[in-house]
Amino acid sequence: MNNKVTRNLYLFPYALWIVLFVVAPLLLVLYYSFFDIEGHFSLVNYKTFFTPVYLKMTLSSFWYAFLITVISLIIAYPTAYLLTKTIHKQLWLLLIIVPSWINLLLKAYAFLGIFGTKGIANSFLEAVGIGAKQILFTDFSFVFVSVYIFIPFMILPIFNALNELNPTLLDAANDLGASKWITFRRVIFPLTIDGVKAGCQVVFIPALSLFMLTRLIAGNRVITLGTAIEQQFLVTQDWGMGSTIAVFLILIMFLIISLTGNRKRGV
Amino acid sequence: MSSLLRFFLGIILVSAVFFYTLSELNSSQGYSGKNTLTIYNWGDYIDTDLIKRFEKETGIKVIYETFDSNEAMLTKIEQGGTTYDIAVPSEYMIDKMRKEHLLIPLDHSKLPNLKNIDPRFMDLPFDENNKYSVPYFWGTVGIVYNPKMLNGKKINSWNDLWDPDLRNKILLVDGAREIMGMGLNSLGYSLNDTNHAHLQEAKRKLDTLTPNIKAIVGDEIRLLLQNEEASIGIVWSGVASEIMSENEDLEYVVPVEGSNLWFDNMVIPKTAKNKEAALKFMNFMLDPKVAAQNAEYVNYSTPNKKALAYMPKETVNDERFYPSPKLTEKLEVYENLGKKNLAYYNELFLEFKMHRK
Repeated sequence: MNNKVTRNLYLFPYALWIVLFVVAPLLLVLYYSFFDIEGHFSLVNYKTFFTPVYLKMTLSSFWYAFLITVISLIIAYPTAYLLTKTIHKQLWLLLIIVPSWINLLLKAYAFLGIFGTKGIANSFLEAVGIGAKQILFTDFSFVFVSVYIFIPFMILPIFNALNELNPTLLDAANDLGASKWITFRRVIFPLTIDGVKAGCQVVFIPALSLFMLTRLIAGNRVITLGTAIEQQFLVTQDWGMGSTIAVFLILIMFLIISLTGNRKRGV
Repeated sequence: MSSLLRFFLGIILVSAVFFYTLSELNSSQGYSGKNTLTIYNWGDYIDTDLIKRFEKETGIKVIYETFDSNEAMLTKIEQGGTTYDIAVPSEYMIDKMRKEHLLIPLDHSKLPNLKNIDPRFMDLPFDENNKYSVPYFWGTVGIVYNPKMLNGKKINSWNDLWDPDLRNKILLVDGAREIMGMGLNSLGYSLNDTNHAHLQEAKRKLDTLTPNIKAIVGDEIRLLLQNEEASIGIVWSGVASEIMSENEDLEYVVPVEGSNLWFDNMVIPKTAKNKEAALKFMNFMLDPKVAAQNAEYVNYSTPNKKALAYMPKETVNDERFYPSPKLTEKLEVYENLGKKNLAYYNELFLEFKMHRK
């Protein structure tokens, strides 16, 4: 009996936090989404969301988030694998994490200089004889910078999964005559799939709602749902429409988490 | 467990030391008392030496915060979390704020320096008799361009921008009113037009400009134009004059079809806690010498007639930045179009941004 009381007491701060900072804001967002710009109760925002403008925006947000996630994964997996093979694992890992301590805006501004017409990237292209190209304000620069920013978050969970992999399993696979590729496909990858899933979630979900980079690096040539929310709240002052987009974004995120989440582990 | 405990104790100790130092620093600079003035202004829109001088002369401590759009400022003042004593909105926002009872009327007897302001900038429709606001700066929206990078080409009008030779050369500022206004003006409509057919037409016309547009950006536009990242930019006159002082090749023009004439005024929002200090600061900023120094730092045009005497002749006589009344007559001031129309402007602007080459 006494035990139960103390346990509930310990739970209290957590429950309070969840109610105040998770449940209440979500309910508020849902509540606001039912009001039109003049403050009348209506479903007009939901109707607007299903017009071509917003559907197109949703699709393009998905497309860019997908690109960013896939490219991050392609780079991160081998990197994480190599990291587990190095002698000074922790040092190398630290070097990869350190850039994520630097403010995102600072990094974005740095890329303005690097990718500019007279930036380092173009000087290099000219030096090797390709000639200056428009790099800034293109899809390429947007995806590149986003991948650069998100990649530590992809490497970390994959590195942890690979690091925990029992090396005797690899020896066993080798002894039983599996080639390197078969070992990777049948042993290593399935055992690290949770790390990959976690990494993809951590990258895909924020990538869906990126907004500062779309202006700084893509020059508003890429419009994501995040940009639209920012504009609805700060410029148009249409909190209802902004909330509606947020509601859809939250629904999509729940869907992704439940699809990629850890179901009960089968054999 | 004990190492975890030590870790947390360490964090608490370090935080305590920081907190103590911070409060010591604040009280040594006088921030703890009631004698503070919180100013909410656009980014990089005041000579900070003047704030220091004001603090020295009056003993009032100034807390200075900045915003990057009228709407962002309005949101913060509506929420009322921070007690701003002075804000500097633009004309259409002043109209909106006074109608929503967010402003406190000014006591003109405490503002003797108001007489220094050019009558041309007083008693304007957005605030009759300057009941709520005091002029701070004014200017236009126009085209800044680099003739050298365009082989000596001259640009005079909005429609010049649709020239196919200008492919991928134009930077736009990320503002719905400015860019939709440019579309409307280029068709000969008013930039306060609310006719949906006209607005649609303007949006379709803007869509055809897409191949010439390099990017739609915010404050970075100064840096990008100054570094010759693009040869043409649609900007406010003050931004133009600032980057022109850094890069002498640049030229600024107010398009012949007409453009926007704007005013930024100082107001006291209803969140104010120290009205006395706010009025003192306004009067201080209206002093001719102070206004002249501020105008030279910020590079925008000052409405202070007496201040012009303390400024370089070539600045004051520059028709590009101090256009005569005859020239400004053609220009239009933004009207407060109401939430619904503004939402329509923004929706079209969003669609325009999504239009791909």
